[in-house]
Amino acid sequence: MSKLKLATVWLDGCSGCHMSFLDMDERLLELAALVDVVYSPIVDAKEFPDQVDIALVEGAVASVDDEKKIRKIRAHTKTLVAMGDCAITGNVPSMRNPIGPQAVLERAYIENVSAQPQIPCVVVPKLLKIVRPIHEFVTVDVFLPGCPPSADTFYAALTALVTGGPLDIPALTRFGA
Amino acid sequence: MSQTITIDPVTRLEGHGKITIHLNEQGEVADAHFHVTQVRGFERFSEGRPFYEMPALMARICGICPVSHLIASAKACESIMAVQIPHTAAQLRRMLNLAQMVQSHALSFFYLSSPDLLLGMDTDAKTRNLFGVVAAKPELGRAGVALRRFGQHIIELLGDKRIHPGWVIAGGVTEPLLAAKRDEILSMIPEAFANIKLALKAYKEIADRFQNEIEVFANFPSLYLGLINEDESVEFTDGALRLIDAEGKIVEDGITAEHFPEVIGEAVEPYSYTKFAYYKPLGYPAGSYRVGPLARLNIARSMGTPLANAELAEFKKLSQGPVQGSFYYHYARLIDMLYGIEKIEQILADPTILDTHVRAQAGVNRLEGTGQAEAPRGTLHHHYRVDDDGKITWANLVIATGQNNNAMNRGVLTAAKAYIKDGKFAEGALNRIEAVVRTFDPCLSCSTHAFGQMPLAVTLLAADGSVSDRLVRGA
Repeated sequence: MSKLKLATVWLDGCSGCHMSFLDMDERLLELAALVDVVYSPIVDAKEFPDQVDIALVEGAVASVDDEKKIRKIRAHTKTLVAMGDCAITGNVPSMRNPIGPQAVLERAYIENVSAQPQIPCVVVPKLLKIVRPIHEFVTVDVFLPGCPPSADTFYAALTALVTGGPLDIPALTRFGA
Repeated sequence: MSQTITIDPVTRLEGHGKITIHLNEQGEVADAHFHVTQVRGFERFSEGRPFYEMPALMARICGICPVSHLIASAKACESIMAVQIPHTAAQLRRMLNLAQMVQSHALSFFYLSSPDLLLGMDTDAKTRNLFGVVAAKPELGRAGVALRRFGQHIIELLGDKRIHPGWVIAGGVTEPLLAAKRDEILSMIPEAFANIKLALKAYKEIADRFQNEIEVFANFPSLYLGLINEDESVEFTDGALRLIDAEGKIVEDGITAEHFPEVIGEAVEPYSYTKFAYYKPLGYPAGSYRVGPLARLNIARSMGTPLANAELAEFKKLSQGPVQGSFYYHYARLIDMLYGIEKIEQILADPTILDTHVRAQAGVNRLEGTGQAEAPRGTLHHHYRVDDDGKITWANLVIATGQNNNAMNRGVLTAAKAYIKDGKFAEGALNRIEAVVRTFDPCLSCSTHAFGQMPLAVTLLAADGSVSDRLVRGA
């Protein structure tokens, strides 16, 4: 049997979910015997592969690039996992929603600088007006809450997804865990 | 026809980055940029929040170095409260910060850069990752996993949670250290020493193979900034900042958190959501400087611990003055880790370490506060203003990656010129250009607290800006 293909993607989040994924430590090496990590910040793939079995997505959708990415991920993934509270609710990144992107950009790049005040616009992606969770853009198959979900949660959930065993998420984690 | 090469995303990097390389009509590299492409707005949306919420909120800037944000933020809050925290609380936070440095450096060295260093820059991109390292060099790969686990487990023992522990608060920490936890940390130390010694030995064995990269990777004179103690030993949590020049002469000394905004400014470039910090008296970009492991070792006269001191003496032999090559960030990172393990052991021997007075309580006694600390990748500064009720009215953060931004961009341009000739390049050449950025261990999450994410891609653009080609690697 060929190994399952696993992708991990980081949208608008803090990387804490990815760090917690790595916190599986030696168990991550065990899992690597069952799955190939085909796309992730920790491997050298530049393009999201055509067929991915499981994609773990961290972070909310905050820029036009994030939106493009989540649609592409959905189109090429069997089981899409919303990983962590930002992916599921918008969480901390969505705290800018009542203020709007313009005020955020002006504070950072016009007011709080001492040279060359300007809003970056070359190559960098435009921000969406409202930061939203990923299920508002695409269908999500599994929601794994936590800020971040613990390494034990990742290990139990991934083992269940890979082997097809039972997965009782409320027994593993909760929002803000 | 002129062209642009885009590396998108830059991989094995803590965040989303993109590199664009502009070629002129002769196919020579004319310019190159490192773009950070995420923005979040912590400085703005923290307005109106009670100041004592700031450490837990600001930790969410970064899942890699939340502890640095917890500490710099708590210190800024303590400056608003006008309190000095109990000695034991300061020692416990120092230990937490060192544990984070060890785990973050283990991530940078083993998970992100060791595939280049141990397997080679030109290794097949499909196996050029941690799993490839564990398969080819199991002892070293597993030492890296164990060193990261060492740091993370100490954070968990102290703060109950590996990522975003709620233990650090304005005024100190919530709970004292229990004897059983102290003993558990002490029991982990011998394995950590064995693993870091293995890593240092491996680095010294392979360093000679990278003479070309050492020469090319962001190797130029610059200023360096970092925390230091009064006895000129390296410091991560307290002390004050020192700025030295390329000859090693002190430019500015004793920079406290309060003084920092007077000497350090930030500029914006149109191509990045990460700002560019500079030393104000020299202006931008002449006042650009480097921070992080290389800067800390260039500034310090001693590590303050015996094993790391011996390594520092060897490191200092690389150059008459400051070591300028950014490739040596990797070496400096390993020496930092050795120091961190020794220092944690020293802190645990403090007879007051189990003291139960670990928190100072106060309300708003000043309307402005600043705090600084060394994050693993360099100096971090938090600056808040509050109203009489303690609600935040204004906030500004200067993070490490912004302070290395100029050097990273300069390094990317130099490497592009060295590895791309007549518009031709191999995959390994692009990997080397990315590897320049990896030496700095930039945290794109942090650097985009206000700004953005950094994806790395290579695209060829025609002179009119249209995309003429796009190189996708590892697809």
